Amino acid sequence: MLGKLSWAAFPLDQPIPLIASSVVALAILGVIAWVILKGWLPYVWTEWITSVDHKRIGVMYVILAVVMLIRGFADAIMMRSQQAMAFHGGGYLPPEHYDQIFSAHGTIMIFFGAMPFVIGLMNFAVPLQLGVRDVAFPTLNSVSFWLTATGALLVNISLIVGEFARTGWLPYPPLSELKYSPGVGVDYYLWAIQISGVGTLLTGVNFVTTILKMRAPGMSYLRMPMFCWTALASNLLIVAAFPILTATLAMLSLDRYLGFHFFTNEAGGNMMMFMNLIWAWGHPEVYILVLPAFGIFSEVISTFSGKPLFGYRSMVIATMAICILAFMVWLHHFFTMGAGGDVNAVFGVATTIIAVPTGVKVYNWLFTMYGGRIRFTTPMLWALGFVGTFVIGGMTGVLLAVPPADFVLHNSMFLVAHFHNVIIGGVLFGVIAGYSYWFPKAFGFTLHEGWGKAAFWFTLAGFYVTFVPLYWAGLEGMTRRLEHYDVPEWRPLMLWAAAGVALTGVGVVCQITQLVVSIRQRERVRDLTGDPWDGRSLEWATASPPPAFNFAVMPHVEDEEAYWTIKQTAREQARLRDEPDYEDLEMPVNTPTGFICAFFATVVGFALIWHIWWLAILGLIGAYATFVVFAWRDHPEYLIPAAEVARIDRANRSARETALSTYRGPQ
Amino acid sequence: MTAADAPAHPHDPYRMGKGHGGHGHGHGHAGPKNEGGPPSKRIIVGYGFWIFLLSDIVMFSGFFAAYAVLSGRTAGGPTGRELFDITNVAIETAFLLASSFTCGLASLAAAARYKLKFYAAMAVTFLLGAGFLGLELHEFIGMAAKGAGPQRSAFLSAFFALVGCHGLHVTAGLLWLLTMMAQVFAKGFRADILRRIMCFSLFWHALDIIWVALFTVVYLIGAGA
Repeated sequence: MLGKLSWAAFPLDQPIPLIASSVVALAILGVIAWVILKGWLPYVWTEWITSVDHKRIGVMYVILAVVMLIRGFADAIMMRSQQAMAFHGGGYLPPEHYDQIFSAHGTIMIFFGAMPFVIGLMNFAVPLQLGVRDVAFPTLNSVSFWLTATGALLVNISLIVGEFARTGWLPYPPLSELKYSPGVGVDYYLWAIQISGVGTLLTGVNFVTTILKMRAPGMSYLRMPMFCWTALASNLLIVAAFPILTATLAMLSLDRYLGFHFFTNEAGGNMMMFMNLIWAWGHPEVYILVLPAFGIFSEVISTFSGKPLFGYRSMVIATMAICILAFMVWLHHFFTMGAGGDVNAVFGVATTIIAVPTGVKVYNWLFTMYGGRIRFTTPMLWALGFVGTFVIGGMTGVLLAVPPADFVLHNSMFLVAHFHNVIIGGVLFGVIAGYSYWFPKAFGFTLHEGWGKAAFWFTLAGFYVTFVPLYWAGLEGMTRRLEHYDVPEWRPLMLWAAAGVALTGVGVVCQITQLVVSIRQRERVRDLTGDPWDGRSLEWATASPPPAFNFAVMPHVEDEEAYWTIKQTAREQARLRDEPDYEDLEMPVNTPTGFICAFFATVVGFALIWHIWWLAILGLIGAYATFVVFAWRDHPEYLIPAAEVARIDRANRSARETALSTYRGPQ
Repeated sequence: MTAADAPAHPHDPYRMGKGHGGHGHGHGHAGPKNEGGPPSKRIIVGYGFWIFLLSDIVMFSGFFAAYAVLSGRTAGGPTGRELFDITNVAIETAFLLASSFTCGLASLAAAARYKLKFYAAMAVTFLLGAGFLGLELHEFIGMAAKGAGPQRSAFLSAFFALVGCHGLHVTAGLLWLLTMMAQVFAKGFRADILRRIMCFSLFWHALDIIWVALFTVVYLIGAGA
């Protein structure tokens, strides 16, 4: 009846997972109880959970990402403290638990921390920058979000019910095959990633269509803001790469569930095919994450230098070159497979070639700042921290791309330090820069600068104190994922790294404090004009927070910096353009389809993990029924009357008129 | 300084192209110049569905690649030459290609708002698709009975996964087909339903394209080798 599920699945005899899972469960229940007791449930349901507004969905993605980043950071604290203590077999985590922690850390950080953050920022900013009212498929967007949340939920359920994978963040066979991982850990991984992967794929379809087909009049491809270009490249990569992940994980699932032989040791299976397939997705995934971060830095550096982006066209070419090259380097993740010198050389050279367009980007950012009137705001600090840090990470990457060097450093702490160097220094710095840059646009008030800067400095220092010792440990021969070790030379390095995590932790606390302080003083730091940074692209042309319809009338784009031109004209003429003729607007109605569909996806995922077949079938029928009900609806849109549009737009126009009359030239 | 400052434009292009029925002609087009702003909803939906189909084809390419790697790995078990019955597969192919033709007829009937023809063409499409599935299942069961199930060897794992994945797509397509017939029956040829019919027919034809590759790579080459 309940498949493999029994009371033995609950970790009643293990204090650490029991306490951790209880805290998580209590936190979730506490939030739900708080919302219900305060009477906010109708508001949360109608305005957020069922929302198909790209801005709301973007905010929910970012909230999910922040929560999961904190969860992943807790895993990091446990790993660093374990390795600091585990000299000569000390430490507090048994191997089977430690293995779950590093697997969960990687899985959560990539799939449920970095990905939702990047996708959330794209959701929020891309339609605004394109000057349109929503993405191409608003309801599909909601489905994507809730499927991603389903994956995150399943990973966290594994804390309480059963266990998580012990195979690392990519479940390499034969270890991940049923014979060597008989528990449900790998199954949790497979279904969590499979379900959220479908969500991500649909996001990719949605955004490629949005960017290629839905832009404000006059916005040709070469007038799109840089972030839209990088979002396009990222989503093209999603469309091309995520199906490979789906296929690969489906093959592993068939091996585990139905006794197939794709990757097994027996009957002709080929486990190296898994490495090839998973990295054919995995390497593009790196660029899916980092290209939008590059876009954010381009926007931030240009805005806070008070200059157009230097070398816009070369930046576009570099972005698309990286987009294509991303698919031609996957083998560098396993040079040690033994494909031979010629194959390794080809992939080594291809990998070093990626450094060229990346270098073009770095110089473009430097030249954008050169001669600019730089304002050192929090987002700008993150961008500056990124440029230096990312160059170091890129250079250690080029070092790893040399096959003979890689044979020495493969799977060492040097590799661990390298990819954290590019993911933290590139993606994480990027999304936090984007978060502080677009926060005023999303909520209508600015974040506290002091706490933001403190968070930046602690995180930056914490990053270096953590990962420079790990580079060193790698050069000293330390391999990754060690539960304990006996080499005395590594000990001080592990202590330094643990101190670095503590510093980063201070940064995290500052980041949270910044949010709390800013919310408390929000009335004093309201952004009335909708343009707090003296921005250059169209998202700053509308109010903060933007109305549901984004733009009262779709803007007409005349050059590369759409809003800057409009603004400069207004400044020269010392008046806004004439008020437009407002019209009734049609917007998509909210629907719980995404939420209900994700509910059934959770049921199906959980049922498949525990082999509860009847429940899985029931869940699939439920999901199909949800879509039929959605397809049967008669009124997919609602009308916003012209008078309402006029009222909202006039309020913003009057705030801007005030700002214009007090304009004294560039600060 | 607000977005509302755009100059008046002769074609009134500042709307999303939503709520215009969206069938046939949209105002403007999103070419490289993009002068007119977003195109009609029909174009956006069709475009998006094409992108989805491309991603689906990428997924199949993963299974094709796995099959190519594992096709020789028979682990001492039966080979494709011993197992494949080309006559059976030829009939399957004929069913599927014919169903694409009738699916095209259904699209024409929908474009002409001719309900009876639409139902008839969709019903024939369903029967042909179901016939294809029946033959495929028959083949699968026959192979399993001969001890050539997917657990026998890596070659057979890859074979069953690739062909079975296509079969699952056909099954989903049949479910979608019935749903579309019910939708037309309940709601008529509404603009959004016509867009869905367009997507369905794109999907059905894409399954044909995949089958042609599958027929060649798996059955023709497999039976000859």
